[in-house]
Amino acid sequence: MINLIWLAMIVIGFLFAAVNGRMDELTAAVFDGAKNGVTVSFGLISVLVFWLGIMRIAEDAGLLQKIAKLLGPVVAFLFPDVPRGHPAIGYILSNMSANLLGLGNAATPMGIKAMQELQTLNPNKDTATPAMCTLLALNTASITLIPATLIAIRLTYGSTDPAGIVGTTLAATAVATLAAIAADRLCRRLALLRRPPEPPSADLKDSTLRTGPLSYPSAKG
Amino acid sequence: MLQLISLISSWAIPIMITFIPLYAYTRKVPVYESFVEGAKDGFGTAIAIIPHLVGMMVAISVFRASGALDYFMGFIAPLLQGFGVPAEVLPLGLLRPLTGTGSLAYTTELIRTHGPDSLIGLIASTIQGSTDTTLYVLTVYFGAVGIRNGRYALKVGLFSDIVGFIAAIVICMIVFG
Repeated sequence: MINLIWLAMIVIGFLFAAVNGRMDELTAAVFDGAKNGVTVSFGLISVLVFWLGIMRIAEDAGLLQKIAKLLGPVVAFLFPDVPRGHPAIGYILSNMSANLLGLGNAATPMGIKAMQELQTLNPNKDTATPAMCTLLALNTASITLIPATLIAIRLTYGSTDPAGIVGTTLAATAVATLAAIAADRLCRRLALLRRPPEPPSADLKDSTLRTGPLSYPSAKG
Repeated sequence: MLQLISLISSWAIPIMITFIPLYAYTRKVPVYESFVEGAKDGFGTAIAIIPHLVGMMVAISVFRASGALDYFMGFIAPLLQGFGVPAEVLPLGLLRPLTGTGSLAYTTELIRTHGPDSLIGLIASTIQGSTDTTLYVLTVYFGAVGIRNGRYALKVGLFSDIVGFIAAIVICMIVFG
C-alpha cells in the first residue's frame, strides 16, 4: 500500500503540475523535499544519540525491566506475542509515556529502540510483525495529555484560555486511540485467518544478539 | 490540575536524566561507558532513516507544489460543510497525516486569522493535538529497522487519523459550539 501511495503522489503531482504549468516548481520541490529529508534525519541524530545513551543506562540498571514488570498486564493485553520481561516492553512503555507527556523529542528514539527490539523477535525481517503494527497504531493515534506546542501557539496569539483545548484534545485522542487499537485487533485477526499459522515467532537465539550491532536496512532497501 | 500537568512536563526530562544515571550508579553500572555504548546506536539509526525520509519528503513536496494538494482540499471542503462544520478546518484532515510541519503551519495560520478562541481556532488546535503525522511515523519507525512490508499498519494509522479528526470536530462543536 505504501508503494501505491508513494507512486500515486508522484504521478498525480506530475499530472497536476503539467495541467497547472508548474513544472519548474515541481523540479524545485523534488530537490527541496530531498533536502528536507536529509535535514530532518540529521536533526534526529542529536536526539537519538542522547536518548539511546540514557536508555542504555536505564536498561543496564534494570530499570526498564522493572517498569515492564510493573505494567506487565497492560502490555500483555496490547502485545500478546511479546514474551514477558523482554526488553522491548520497557522501550514500548517509555515511548508511550513520552508521548503522553508530549515529549516528542524523547518519544521518537524510544519508539525506534522499541522497534529494534521487536525486530529481534521477527522471523521475517522485512515484514512487520503484529506487535510492530500495534506499536505504530498507538503512535499514530498519538495519545496526548498535554499538547504543549499548541498551548504555546495559542498563548502567542492572545488566547484568553490557551489550555482550553486540553480537555477536548484528550477526549479526541482517547477516541482515536481506542479506534486504532480496535482496528489493529481486527486486522490482526483477519491477517491470521488469511494466512496459514506460522511457526512460533519468538526467535530466542536472535534476541540474545540484541546487544550486538543492530540490523540496518541494506543499501538495496 | 493543569498547572500540575505543565509542571510535570517541564520537570520530566531533567528528572529522568538525573534519576536514571544516579539509580544506575548505585547499582554499580559504569554509567558513562553505558551511555556511550547506547549512544553509538543513535548515529547509525539516524543515517539508516535518510533514504526513507528523502523518498517520502520528495513525494509529499511534489504533491504539494504541483497544486494537487490544494485541489483535493478544495474538493473535500464542501463535502463536510453540509454538516455545519467550518470548511476552513477540513483541509487539515488531508494535510495532517502527510506533513507535521505543514499542518502545524496551517493550524497556526487559522489561529492567526480567526483567533485562538474562535470555533475554527479551537477545532484546529484540537485536531492538531490529537492526530499524528502517520506517514512520517511509519517511515521513521519502519525505516529504522528495514521493514519493507508494513502489512496493515498504514491502513490502521490512517483510519485512526480519520476517527481522531471527526472526533475532534464533534467534541469541539458540542463543547464550544
